[in-house]
Amino acid sequence: MVSQEANALRRSEPFIERLQRFGKSMLRSPITLVGTIIIAVIIVQALSNILQGEYDFELFVKQLMVGLAQGSIYALVALGYTLVYGILFMINFAHGEVFMAGTYIGFFAIDAMNKTGFLEQHTLLSLLIVFLVAIVSSVLVAVTLERIAYRPLRNAPRLVPLITAIGASTFLQRAFVGLFGSSPRVYPNVHFYILPQVFHLECNAVDGVETCLGMDLVSGRYPLQFLGIEILFRPFYLVVFLAAIAMMATLWYIVRRTKTGKAMRAVAEDKATASLMGINVDSVIVTTFVLGAALAGAAGVLFALYNRQVVPTMGFAPGLKAFTAAVLGGIGNIPGAAVGGFFLGIVEAVAPSLLNIPNQLENVIAFGMLVLVLIFRPSGILGEVLTEKKA
Amino acid sequence: MALLEVQNIHTYYGKIHALKGISLDVDEGEIVTLIGGNGAGKTTTLNTICGITPASEGTIILGGKNITRMRPHAIVAMGVGQSPEGRKIFTRLTVRENLEMGAYARNDAAKIAKDMEFVFETFPRLKEREQQLGGTLSGGEQQMLAIGRALMGQPRIMLLDEPSMGLAPLLVRDIFHIIEYLNKEQGTTILLVEQNAHMALAIASRGYVLQTGNIILTDSARHLQENEMVRKAYLGEN
Ligand SMILES: Nc1ncnc2c1ncn2[C@@H]1O[C@H](COP(=O)(O)OP(=O)(O)OP(=O)(O)O)[C@@H](O)[C@H]1O
Ligand SMILES: [Mg+2]
Repeated sequence: MVSQEANALRRSEPFIERLQRFGKSMLRSPITLVGTIIIAVIIVQALSNILQGEYDFELFVKQLMVGLAQGSIYALVALGYTLVYGILFMINFAHGEVFMAGTYIGFFAIDAMNKTGFLEQHTLLSLLIVFLVAIVSSVLVAVTLERIAYRPLRNAPRLVPLITAIGASTFLQRAFVGLFGSSPRVYPNVHFYILPQVFHLECNAVDGVETCLGMDLVSGRYPLQFLGIEILFRPFYLVVFLAAIAMMATLWYIVRRTKTGKAMRAVAEDKATASLMGINVDSVIVTTFVLGAALAGAAGVLFALYNRQVVPTMGFAPGLKAFTAAVLGGIGNIPGAAVGGFFLGIVEAVAPSLLNIPNQLENVIAFGMLVLVLIFRPSGILGEVLTEKKA
Repeated sequence: MALLEVQNIHTYYGKIHALKGISLDVDEGEIVTLIGGNGAGKTTTLNTICGITPASEGTIILGGKNITRMRPHAIVAMGVGQSPEGRKIFTRLTVRENLEMGAYARNDAAKIAKDMEFVFETFPRLKEREQQLGGTLSGGEQQMLAIGRALMGQPRIMLLDEPSMGLAPLLVRDIFHIIEYLNKEQGTTILLVEQNAHMALAIASRGYVLQTGNIILTDSARHLQENEMVRKAYLGEN
């Protein structure tokens, strides 16, 4: 009631006074002022580029699709950071390598199936196997890490497991380089055709009879008329996006509705009391690592299917970006990780040409975004204000 | 044979020797109370029984089985329920979810639903707030929820740590009525820790007096009520 009245008061406040109040708060915290100026510059730059016709709708749609796919990967990996943080208040810096390990081991499966021709004959089955191999590998790596590197440090000062995680990250990366070499391996080119009767695509005329393979969901690119513009539509970007949404919905359901999910939330809040409920705290923590790793393994395969290569260092950049996304969204917050991931993916894809800055500065944009968001919302886009108890 | 037998347990917090050889027992169907001043070791005793602060020495036997070295969740599964000091409600779970967590170790869905009904009948206020987050309840309501949550585990023995703390006198009376009811009608065995020695001794059959990690006195509740030292130290009489 009281806050409603206060809101009503604020709304009826004359514009000038509101402006004054805003100005005063700016002066009180110069960093907000800097942030506001930077945002203003960005907006002006973007607008002038659009007005000059350097940036058009066609480019935007194209980049939006890339951004959604990349954002899906960030979001899926970010969920792993956020889940573990939510329950242990620890940043699992080795999560990028969990993503890499699954993808890399999944590569051996798909490569073997490709060489025997199994991939071409039974594409769907092969893909299912690759996802399974990658997910299981990521999960095994994460669970091993938890057991031997993090669990013994559960009661140590917070900095200790953090440094251990950085060590584990380097260890895993180096171990893969040692075992499999540091050069990239080319991921097979997968064609997965659907609905030849509906989509008259990839057609061949043999003896005057036209047979169509249908739409290639993984590697196909098709010109598409759309709101008066022509774009090269890549169905796989849509597949990645939808798969990510489906996985996130499943995760949400698990955490909100199932007994295990409720136990996860209870453990996140208070481990001793959770154990008084008969909850095995250790196994709930393991479950959390399993969920995060499974999402990372699946994301890794999706990523490799369009990025077309694997390399032991491939976990670093997406891992760092996903961590950034998790912080952007509000670390520990599940919808926050999703929002942060998509936000970062889209900004990264759209911003360079919208602002007319070189593509190589993509990382500057990612981390600049992080700083900007944290200036205005220190606990992230959807993050709750950290209470004494949690912090 | 007693339902719960605690034999000569020692518990440390780092170097602090909090329990210095505590022995007590609770028979099936009894209400036994543990009284003592601040820092005497009452909460530590309950947490040691539950395995949260494991004993470094001594044995704890529940229904003939040695539970001293078991982990908390396994001890709970054996039939020990605790309503902890300070209520410890899950603030970001709803009232219903809190109660569901109380029944976490059980698998009999139909019976769980019935027990939930029983808790809601016993505490109608919780029924009204079923979908509300635990953190939005008042102190008294949280205490009801903590007791209800412990009940949901259908424990053979329920450990209650200061259930009257911070409650208005009328509510304290209600809570004690409910504890008595659970014991008489439901047959729940209860080990009750209380600062409010008056009320505790009124419903208990026996009591233990704890001082700086030692049991200094044990007797029937009636005798303790009449004991000179207890009257002075814990019943606030001169
Ligand atoms: N986590 C802890 N770390 C260190 N010492 C502790 C801890 N918990 C309790 N103690 C010490 O152990 C002793 C017993 O504490 P305990 O909480 O069991 O007392 P209590 O009888 O429950 O007191 P109160 O009536 O105030 O709740 C005290 O001296 C206390 O300072
Ligand atoms: Mg206490």
